[in-house]
Amino acid sequence: MDDFLLRALFAGLTVALVTGALGTFVVWRRMAYFGDTLAHSALLGVSLGILLELNLNLAIVSVCLLLALALVALQHQRKLASDTLLGILSHSALALGLVAVSFAENVRIDLMGYLFGDILAVGNGDLLWIGLGSLFALGLLLWLWRPLLAMTVHEELAQVEGVKVGRTRLLFMLLIALVIATAMKVVGILLITSLLIIPAATARHFARTPEQMALLAAVIGMLAVTGGLFGSFQWDLPAGPAIVVTAALLFFLSQLQRRTVQ
Amino acid sequence: MSKTTTLVEAQGVTVHFGQRMVLDHVDLAVHQGEIVTLIGPNGAGKSTLVKVMLGLQQPNHGQVKSRPGIRVGYVPQKLSIDPVLPLTVRRFLTLTHRCGEARLAESLQEVGAGHLIENQMATLSGGETQRVLLARALLREPQLLFLDEPIQGVDVTGQSELYDLISRLRDERRCGILMVSHDLHLVMARTDRVFCLDQQVCCTGHPEQRRAQGPGGGEQIIAGPLDGLAPYTHHHHQQADKNGWCGSCQEGQRDG
Repeated sequence: MDDFLLRALFAGLTVALVTGALGTFVVWRRMAYFGDTLAHSALLGVSLGILLELNLNLAIVSVCLLLALALVALQHQRKLASDTLLGILSHSALALGLVAVSFAENVRIDLMGYLFGDILAVGNGDLLWIGLGSLFALGLLLWLWRPLLAMTVHEELAQVEGVKVGRTRLLFMLLIALVIATAMKVVGILLITSLLIIPAATARHFARTPEQMALLAAVIGMLAVTGGLFGSFQWDLPAGPAIVVTAALLFFLSQLQRRTVQ
Repeated sequence: MSKTTTLVEAQGVTVHFGQRMVLDHVDLAVHQGEIVTLIGPNGAGKSTLVKVMLGLQQPNHGQVKSRPGIRVGYVPQKLSIDPVLPLTVRRFLTLTHRCGEARLAESLQEVGAGHLIENQMATLSGGETQRVLLARALLREPQLLFLDEPIQGVDVTGQSELYDLISRLRDERRCGILMVSHDLHLVMARTDRVFCLDQQVCCTGHPEQRRAQGPGGGEQIIAGPLDGLAPYTHHHHQQADKNGWCGSCQEGQRDG
């Protein structure tokens, strides 16, 4: 097997492991659109990073996190419905990112790569970032698991029972921002949400506990990555979209399977 | 009960959401071994008062004092678990509090929900959910319990069972209990004090059978245990009487 394919496989499997497990919370807390909005802001992070000559990954995480905090603050005002706010921020962040990219004239930016992912071009430096970022994200997720689950079930009850709600929510935002920055390379800004949501939704049919669902979602995400890369290698499909299509196929298969079981 | 420990006390609590006044200088205390029932019309601020006393919400004015280090149990008004979250009753009970199998079974038995332990939360009926919520509160061995409409959706026999359980908690564990009820006329018979709330405390009193003589009002004739319930006759709070105002709770004027 070629080196680039091995690197792609390693990057994809690592990212899918984390997005699968984290995705269960995105599904439980109905944050699909929220994740999408943060992902869209990642392009702004890329352009700012290039313009200000910062580390790109750091710039992406910071912009995502800032947007997440702005969103929480705006939602607190309750002047506009959440989906309206998300729609405004999501598209303005993406448009702003595209505008900012055009300023970076002397740098050639692979826009398609950022939007739809370029997993086959993952280099050793990317691999290190993806590996370390995912490891840290996984550790954070494990640490937050119990308080976050309690909050997801009933926030006020959790707070009365001693869960530090504010701190947990903040760390959760940081976690999502981090995962978006690591997953971008694999499926791109426009498709990240699918890696969060589709494996989790597929896993739901087979799980009896939250932990089972998260583990299964991770496995399903990894299956999707393997299938997508295979399709890409065999038939020259674009890798990121092929991964998402595989995940979607698995989801529809799971729906069929459930019907025959019942 | 002349000398009792105050577990939690709200002093002059005022809350407004924007222009809308929700609570206006409310004083309320719960003591050890006491059951306090909070009644009032919809939107009277009952749940808000509970949240303020739990420390979940900051009042605009006034303060809440609770005994340091007190263990608090809370049964919220509503719990809806999305079916997309697979969660058994067993897992639900141990979300924030790890405990042994025997203890889990015991607390579920206590609320009459022992058979539900392996069930999925999302499939429980309203009454079953209330029982499981109460079991979760009991696992913490609370000294103070906040129950926001704990008997919602529970059938009549279930109601009197739960009322029995609540008064046993008071009698045996000397637990202080603040209970919210939506019914303006029937309250738990073994309540020590009733507060009728509508932004302000409209009136306070006791359920019928606890009084030798009530001030007028024909409803008194049916005083007696009705599945653990007793009628409550409203009367003007002195303050409200002077101002001629008792919020939208007009009950007091009938016999006032």
